[in-house]
Amino acid sequence: MKPLLELAHVSYAYHSKNGETIALTDISFQVKKGEFIAVVGPSGCGKSTLLSLISGLLLPESGSVLFPWATQQVEDDYVQECAAREHCDNRNVVQAGTGFRDKIGYMLQKDHLFEWRTIYKNVILGLEIQKKQNEESLAKVEKMLKDYGLYRFRDARPSELSGGMRQRAALIRTLALDPELLLLDEPFSALDFQTRLTVCDDVASILRKEKKTAILVTHDLSEAVSMADHIVVLTKRPATVRTILELDFEEKNLTPFERRNAPEFKMYFNQLWKEMDGNEQKQ
Amino acid sequence: MSRNSNISSTQENYLRRMKHQQYRIKIIQILIFFVFLGLWETAVQLSWIDGFIFSSPSRIWKTFAGMWEDRSIFLHMGITVAETLISFALVVVLGISMAVLLWYNEELSRVLEPYLVVLNSLPKSALAPLLIVWLGANMKSIIVAGISVAVFGTILNLYTGFTELSPDKIKLIYTLRGSRRDVLTKVILPGTIPLQLSVMKVNIGLCLVGVVIGEFIGARQGLGYLIIYGSQVFKLDWVIMSIMLLCMIAMVLYGILNLIEKRCLRRR
Ligand SMILES: Nc1ncnc2c1ncn2[C@@H]1O[C@H](COP(=O)(O)OP(=O)(O)O)[C@@H](O)[C@H]1O
Ligand SMILES: [Mg+2]
Repeated sequence: MKPLLELAHVSYAYHSKNGETIALTDISFQVKKGEFIAVVGPSGCGKSTLLSLISGLLLPESGSVLFPWATQQVEDDYVQECAAREHCDNRNVVQAGTGFRDKIGYMLQKDHLFEWRTIYKNVILGLEIQKKQNEESLAKVEKMLKDYGLYRFRDARPSELSGGMRQRAALIRTLALDPELLLLDEPFSALDFQTRLTVCDDVASILRKEKKTAILVTHDLSEAVSMADHIVVLTKRPATVRTILELDFEEKNLTPFERRNAPEFKMYFNQLWKEMDGNEQKQ
Repeated sequence: MSRNSNISSTQENYLRRMKHQQYRIKIIQILIFFVFLGLWETAVQLSWIDGFIFSSPSRIWKTFAGMWEDRSIFLHMGITVAETLISFALVVVLGISMAVLLWYNEELSRVLEPYLVVLNSLPKSALAPLLIVWLGANMKSIIVAGISVAVFGTILNLYTGFTELSPDKIKLIYTLRGSRRDVLTKVILPGTIPLQLSVMKVNIGLCLVGVVIGEFIGARQGLGYLIIYGSQVFKLDWVIMSIMLLCMIAMVLYGILNLIEKRCLRRR
């Protein structure tokens, strides 16, 4: 099966009057459908930039961000359609890859819930923007609010909620649009340790249940090991891929919290630590 | 509030002290006003100062009652208030739409910035005679004078407020696949409502200033006209009464906007 996402030699630099900040150089990796990828790297190395490139908010200066799986789907449909009809226009296929961007959900570092909206109005913001407020999508939002313990707070203002609840509200806002690929930018960094462990478990189980593909950016190594299938390790800025770590826990389907107690956890953590340490040495 | 039932005694004390202080301040404020009026009246009665030049509360009251009788006071006040409200409404519309336009087009805003800054700091009374010549001595030029005092500052303040909103909030809209229009309607406009309200609170006073300046030069009615006419024919009772009425109008208009602001912010 073709990968869902493929980055090929992606580079990006920010330009300003005071000079150029090279954020990413020659980044290549693939993500398959249903995988959970963690991206780790020292802070300021370009992790958020990477997510913006994948979501299409930024365009790479060189290299390409591709969605081969979606393209394949469209090509298949195209062939079928061509068989049914006499004539087909080739342009549909060419544009297919980027059309997938509408199926990307992007969760930013902070929740950015709007204080001038209630929690309910906040979580349906995406639906409102994309004009997808219909019975089905609103029922789904309703259900998520109930499932994640926010239903009581639907008419509250964001400032009345705790950090964990706000993060969950932001997650619902993202999931309401039913994304295929989730980009999570240090979504737990604002939470205290205990809340973080529970929200981590919540998010992992939600994603597993909904069979989503996800890319999690973090600088917390234990978080990466506890959640991911693969870990992409970036070097210091200008970031490039240092190594890709495959995690293979004997027991599948562990929650992040259970993973932390699994025998392999320590080994992977140390391996990752060494890779990151090598980062420091190199400078 | 439901918390009132189990308030601690120290908190109660504190609240009582605060309330007392508030009352005291109110009482002193009112006292100052009446002591001032009393002194003024006494000074004129005892001929410490000349009542012909300085007028006096009783003379002002008599003038006011006379103009109330022949209804002319309603005309003058009504005209001034109407002109102020019209120019205020236009400032709101013009100010917000221009600020939005500048926000949409960053290059335009950079081009226009020095002009706006200059126009904003220019003393608008300098424009009034020109307006009268161009637009004629009528209500139109007085309303434009009112607008000219407030509109440039409004545009600059609102535009600055728009650009100061956190870029991450804007990024959020784009992550939800929103357009620039969504950024405007979902973030910029609702997110700056407190700023918009506070700018408008200042504006209503500025519009009144502009309108009175306009009336000085080109009007046959209104409190500004009454002030100028009164000073020319040495009816200083008219002048000082009009000034006091302007104080009252400014206070009431500001109070109304203050109330609207409180309402809006509470409802959010
Ligand atoms: N809009 C921007 N303009 C200029 N430089 C930027 C901008 N955003 C980020 N950078 C710089 O690019 C580098 C990578 O940023 P970022 O992707 O946010 O890192 P990370 O998420 O890994 O902490 C940092 O050095 C940062 O200062
Ligand atoms: Mg970041």
